[in-house]
Amino acid sequence: MKPDRALLLHLAVIAALFAMQYVLPAYHQGNLARILVLATFATGYNILFGYTGLLSLGHALFFAAGMYGAGMTMRFLDWPALAAFPAGIVAATLLAGMIGALALRTTGVAFMIVTLMFAQAGYLTILYFNEFTRGDEGFVIVQATRNILGFDLSNDDVRFVAAWLIFSVGLLVALAVVRSRMGRVLVAIRENEERTRMLGFDPFPYKLSAVALSGAYAGAAGAAYALLFGSVGASFASIQYSIEPLLFVLLGGTGVVLGPLVGAIVIFYLIEYAREVTTAYLIVVGVALVLLILFARKGVLGSLRRRTDGWLP
Amino acid sequence: MTEATTPDSAEKPANESRRALLKGAAAIGAVAAGTQMLPGMVPYIQAQTSEPIKIGFQVHKTGIGAAYGRWYDRTTTAAAQLINDEGGINGRPVEIIAEDDGTDPKRGAEVIEKFATQHNADIAFGTLFSHVVIGSAPRAGELKLPYFVVSEGHHVASGMLNRYTLQPGITDVRSQVQSMAPWVADNLGKKVTMIYPDFAFGHDHRDYFSAAMEAQGGEVVAKIAIPPTEKSFTKYFTQIPRDTEVLYHVMVGPAVLTFVKELGEFFGGRGPEVFGFIDSLEAVDMASPGLEFLDGTYFWEGNPRYAGDWSSDHDAFYRKAVGVDANGASVTDPKDISTYAHMFGCWETLHIVKAAMETSDYSGPEGRAGLIEAVENMAVFPHSRAHPQGDKLFNGRTHQAFGHQFISQVKDEKLVPVHRTSIFDSYYPDEVDYTKQSF
Repeated sequence: MKPDRALLLHLAVIAALFAMQYVLPAYHQGNLARILVLATFATGYNILFGYTGLLSLGHALFFAAGMYGAGMTMRFLDWPALAAFPAGIVAATLLAGMIGALALRTTGVAFMIVTLMFAQAGYLTILYFNEFTRGDEGFVIVQATRNILGFDLSNDDVRFVAAWLIFSVGLLVALAVVRSRMGRVLVAIRENEERTRMLGFDPFPYKLSAVALSGAYAGAAGAAYALLFGSVGASFASIQYSIEPLLFVLLGGTGVVLGPLVGAIVIFYLIEYAREVTTAYLIVVGVALVLLILFARKGVLGSLRRRTDGWLP
Repeated sequence: MTEATTPDSAEKPANESRRALLKGAAAIGAVAAGTQMLPGMVPYIQAQTSEPIKIGFQVHKTGIGAAYGRWYDRTTTAAAQLINDEGGINGRPVEIIAEDDGTDPKRGAEVIEKFATQHNADIAFGTLFSHVVIGSAPRAGELKLPYFVVSEGHHVASGMLNRYTLQPGITDVRSQVQSMAPWVADNLGKKVTMIYPDFAFGHDHRDYFSAAMEAQGGEVVAKIAIPPTEKSFTKYFTQIPRDTEVLYHVMVGPAVLTFVKELGEFFGGRGPEVFGFIDSLEAVDMASPGLEFLDGTYFWEGNPRYAGDWSSDHDAFYRKAVGVDANGASVTDPKDISTYAHMFGCWETLHIVKAAMETSDYSGPEGRAGLIEAVENMAVFPHSRAHPQGDKLFNGRTHQAFGHQFISQVKDEKLVPVHRTSIFDSYYPDEVDYTKQSF
């Protein structure tokens, strides 16, 4: 039997990421933990955008739903972190399911606008219920409560392993999904929705599943951010956090499972080093995206896949 | 300019905390003269070639706080220059390591990590916007990095943060807002309509000012919350009750000029007295077109923007050192208006850090706990070159300073102080005791 090259590659990446904690200086270890959380967010987004072809501009809402789902249950209901984390995922998944059911009545640009509109409404809702959410200021999750099964999530090493674990599970689930029957239908919808329908598949439940699944990823990332870094705030529901996963996917490779990780690393450090040169650091990101469109329209790994024999999932 | 006298309530302390503050107040006069000499009394222990004290400066260079950040940067640079010219801290020079936080809480937390683990900074310092403080403070606590914020947010004294986060150089919004109520009630009217942005900053004003007005026998007759995305305001002005005697506004953001213009058009020179917070117009020229309506109205100022006979020698020294002219603008560009009501906090905080490091004989990161304890043990900051805004009392339990506030009237496109509050007008009971938290 031929070895499963794709699975081995992803396991090797997971192992290499784990080993990075022993190699990287403390500052970059912290950065990588943050990158892994954001890459988890983008990995889910990639299922929707990269594999299903649905461009959402509202995923910040699902990230925030995960963050507030975890944070509010800890703050007001005194739930332990072990229960708050799945609460965040459930909140984001349900919200994504409901919004998806409405937004999927539209397609193309209209889908982008509707998702953007819902996200903006969600952002303003967080501000409106300031009495509970502390609105734009946000609130802190008490350090003593941020532990799971005796592991202190505010500890740098524990934080890194937790972020790595969440990303690894997310990556393997994404790999399984895109290689499954459902994944192939999603790609078929992306390539030609009408032809998929003619083949006997109803696209709606598949697209709704993709929205909900990407919402679950966003929720997991948002809840993880709250638990690992200790703060919750409305800024995480702003448009910036809808654009970021899109950029990660575009740069890393649309429709490539490892693409969001590559995109998150490249953009994070591009901004990090550009900030040291200029306050107009977003221009650097803009130039990078222009170059990408000119020379690598499929993103870093997408272009690499085209130049090889295409086995990279 | 009127000066608040010590209120009756201050002569009969309500609790132990107030007694402690009163002792501090009594000590101000005694200590003040001596503190004038502090720079000259500092022992020059080591040579200038010693390793610098590294101060991580979390600055809003980009994002919504950029105007404030530009002036916080200039003030911090000037304060560090002065401290170095006078021998540094414990004989070591001060090095300011500035990192842009983008006025973003996520980036703020990253910057704190960078200070602690890459720059090996001794402390972090300088954050203004509350959401950045709240996003950053947990990481500062986890990394055991003393974090001196200059935010005026109530988050420190509310107990939300941790022992490593302190705000000794500027008063907080709760004390600012409540200290306005006695003068407003006595001089402008007792029936107030509040117009405020519908998010946390505005809600703090709503809640604390309403309570303070009630305590003065006044009443907030209407509370008008403006959605943060609003661009037009006239429709909200129709909600202002006819019996309103004072209109209290605290709008912020890019739409504030539109707000003022439409307010002026709505009332057309008549209407109630108007009182606002200068936060709306920090870094904005009072002579800007559309602000004519503000003539005769009143503003809170943390520190008077315009120099005049109300200015002290200490303020004049500070103003010159930072490079601000008598109109509150840059000496090199009269159109570059400062954030004078707030930025003194950077100057004063750095001097407090200097004093605390010298008291605790700070020599490196292992002395961070001692540094925090030294600050917690401070009670009085006398009016001096180190504290040009005025004398202050510091509550070590809540990590929060209390000080005088100014009320200024707009006259001929300038802000003229008409009243300085008592420190005790700004005081409130403790909500937390950080000294009980372990390091």
